[in-house]
Amino acid sequence: MRISLEGTGSIDREQRTRTAAALARVLPSESILASDEETLPYECDALTLYRQPPMVVVLPSNEAEVATVLRVCSSLGVPVVPRGAGTGLSGGSLPHSGGVLLALAKLNRILAVDPLARTARLQPGVRNAAISEAAARHGLFYAPDPSSQVACTIGGNVAENSGGIHCLKYGLTFHNVLAVRGFTMSGEEIEVGSAALDAPGLDLLSLVIGSEGTLIVVTEVLVRLLPRPAVARCLLASFDRVEAAADAVAAIIAAGLVPAALEMMDQAATRMVEPFVRAGYDLDAAAILLCEVDGSELEVTEEVALIEAVLLAAGAARIQLAASEAERLLFWAGRKNAFPAAGRVSPDYYCMDGTIPRRQLARVLHAIRGMEATYGLRCPNVFHAGDGNLHPLILFDANDPDSVIRADEFGIAILELCIEVGGTVTGEHGVGVEKLNQLCSQFDASSRETFLALRRAFDPDGLLNPGKAIPTLQRCAEYGRAHIHGGRLPFAELPRF
Amino acid sequence: MRAAQLPPAMTARLVDQVRSAASACRALKIEAGGTKAFYGNPTLGERLDPRECAGIVAYEPSELVVTARAGTRLAELESALAAQGQMLAFEPPHFGDDATVGGCIAAGLAGPRRAATGVASGGVRDSLLGVTMLDGRGAILAFGGTVMKNVAGYDVSRLMAGSLGTLGVVLEASLRLVARPAAEATLSLELDERAALDRCTAWLGQPLPVSATAWAGGRLHVRLSGATSAVAAARSAFGGDTLAADAAASFWSAIREQTAPYFDREGPLWRVSLPANARPLELQGPQLLEWGGALRWLYARDGAAAVRGRAAALGGHATLFRGERIGIPAFTRRPAAVAQLEARLRAQFDPAGIFNRGRMHAD
Repeated sequence: MRISLEGTGSIDREQRTRTAAALARVLPSESILASDEETLPYECDALTLYRQPPMVVVLPSNEAEVATVLRVCSSLGVPVVPRGAGTGLSGGSLPHSGGVLLALAKLNRILAVDPLARTARLQPGVRNAAISEAAARHGLFYAPDPSSQVACTIGGNVAENSGGIHCLKYGLTFHNVLAVRGFTMSGEEIEVGSAALDAPGLDLLSLVIGSEGTLIVVTEVLVRLLPRPAVARCLLASFDRVEAAADAVAAIIAAGLVPAALEMMDQAATRMVEPFVRAGYDLDAAAILLCEVDGSELEVTEEVALIEAVLLAAGAARIQLAASEAERLLFWAGRKNAFPAAGRVSPDYYCMDGTIPRRQLARVLHAIRGMEATYGLRCPNVFHAGDGNLHPLILFDANDPDSVIRADEFGIAILELCIEVGGTVTGEHGVGVEKLNQLCSQFDASSRETFLALRRAFDPDGLLNPGKAIPTLQRCAEYGRAHIHGGRLPFAELPRF
Repeated sequence: MRAAQLPPAMTARLVDQVRSAASACRALKIEAGGTKAFYGNPTLGERLDPRECAGIVAYEPSELVVTARAGTRLAELESALAAQGQMLAFEPPHFGDDATVGGCIAAGLAGPRRAATGVASGGVRDSLLGVTMLDGRGAILAFGGTVMKNVAGYDVSRLMAGSLGTLGVVLEASLRLVARPAAEATLSLELDERAALDRCTAWLGQPLPVSATAWAGGRLHVRLSGATSAVAAARSAFGGDTLAADAAASFWSAIREQTAPYFDREGPLWRVSLPANARPLELQGPQLLEWGGALRWLYARDGAAAVRGRAAALGGHATLFRGERIGIPAFTRRPAAVAQLEARLRAQFDPAGIFNRGRMHAD
């Protein structure tokens, strides 16, 4: 069910002119875009189901300009939506029809890499993959590796608390960021966290990471770098039943083993990917597990043997150890290209993102298979099994309105199931505009009211990325009523392309 | 939702106490076992003891998650985990038999393992997955969950770690666990401060299984934890003397619980938290260095201004951890903008300002 979103609709030309003029008094004119042709490219992020051209786009080139934009907008009462690379999957940087889109791409410098303190100081527009590239000559790397890592930026990673394949062993963005500097909506500078391992006072860094650009605009990030392991090996295990693969995941974790990555692909996913990548996957298997182990040569040899034993005991039909570094990368190429492959076999796909307790994997995957029939859509599964983080890919056709509605309902059914089994509606993609309704189900009213109160403590006027991340109490009331009435739900103001 | 897991009978009295204190604007001092009462600034008020809300609620070893109520004794929790070959990654200090899970989270103190890199490390915040709490209105709120990855809503549960009871009363928490290492060894090397710091920096910059370091009085102890082969390899590469398993266990326990001979001193004990690879403090007084040099204990002969000034110059901060503190605030002041923001946040959780007044900051 869709309920109308704040900040969607047509643009007030007069207000656009006024806002652009006010910004032009304090910023170079080339950093301000205020024509339809110039602003249209910013109308969506990677959740393309939602589109809204911004009133004005501003491209500041330094921290002082960011602060200036915020002060001007704050005094005019104009909403601000921060944007990094626009790779977000939940619409967190969907523009506001009456707002300024603050694009941080020009702040893209790596300010310092300190190999002895094992840190990197970065502007928000630095690409995720560029951090590890810069750290590599010191034998270090930056651990979180979302699949969009060649394009996505550290500012966006902080906003979303991004994960990736290796967070099973090395943690999320949260665990790998030491400090953040940024500005509140009123243009006040705030520094949270510390180069040390703790900071005096409340742990505001915890609130800022994953706040989806609703609390502060991030202008500098200090990340922790880790020593790069000497060796990485990848095992590929085939299973005749999805349930057995799911149980193998639980068995590995229960045995106290911590692979660097533990990913699952079901047969629909391997068959979708294989023609595209030729990764050498076992297409007869109902599901495969990709299990990566890293460390020293001795450590890896020891752990590989232990994991192989667990996989065999769990009923693996076949286990392949990548024979070379080239083969290991090929195994991963299949996994990492699952989303583009979905785009090749289907006109459109909708990537879901729920996390569940690992012991519920078999049950939920089974339920999703049932839903494929209910909604008449295919749904390959490729996901971070070790973390219990699902990414069902619902294949649909955006040109067929009925298919869009079914995809939407299918997605909602999966997310509600995640909540039911004790999980969460988003493991790493964020709430954005996509999952506002599901937050109404996941949290009770007083907990949600606390979120809104926290937001007011940072931004009393509610101008920073309004309408995202946290649903209003009113919205949840509306959603609750629609839920009770049940039946065919209205699909009103959803823009569809 | 998490809140449903708490039996109302267990929370009824606590809710009543908070509501009546709030309506009268009467200060409450949250205290269970009182083992960390020395930590932070003194606070006055009627005692609120949440220990009736106790017990391990759910523990599924294969999920590497435990959910326990605040009044559960930390020792009880840790022995339940040990029975399954698991542990808390942050190796918390107890500072007494009566330490509870709630107090451990509110204090936010981590032990020797904080030095390690990778997943089997981090602070209390890094292991917290979810919290159920009682706010200053007497409302029971639930945040986070029991799964490893969760970005729904603001991360309020992690904000509770180290908040010293100034936002509310922790009632229940879900914590991420790690497996106990397959092998462990502790080595002892004779090195001066500078050499010990350099050695730690070199080790921590490589993929080595270092899980704790402690330097005092010209001797560096290092603990290795991990795969048998990795520990054995590092052990022969590092050199030094190997401690017997029993001696190693009591050594690290004494560091964590501050019962080691170093702590058998009078006077103000400072906890100086610094960036990795920070230079020597060069202040007067005996020191004990942990976390590869990122944590330095100091019985300072210099005054608070000198200690705090030096810590700030090195990019960190200094806490007056134990000892006489007349007129000296326990924690380093934050910039005005941050302090104001914290005050606004606190007002949202505790509008009447009843919880642990002044425990963290006087402002």
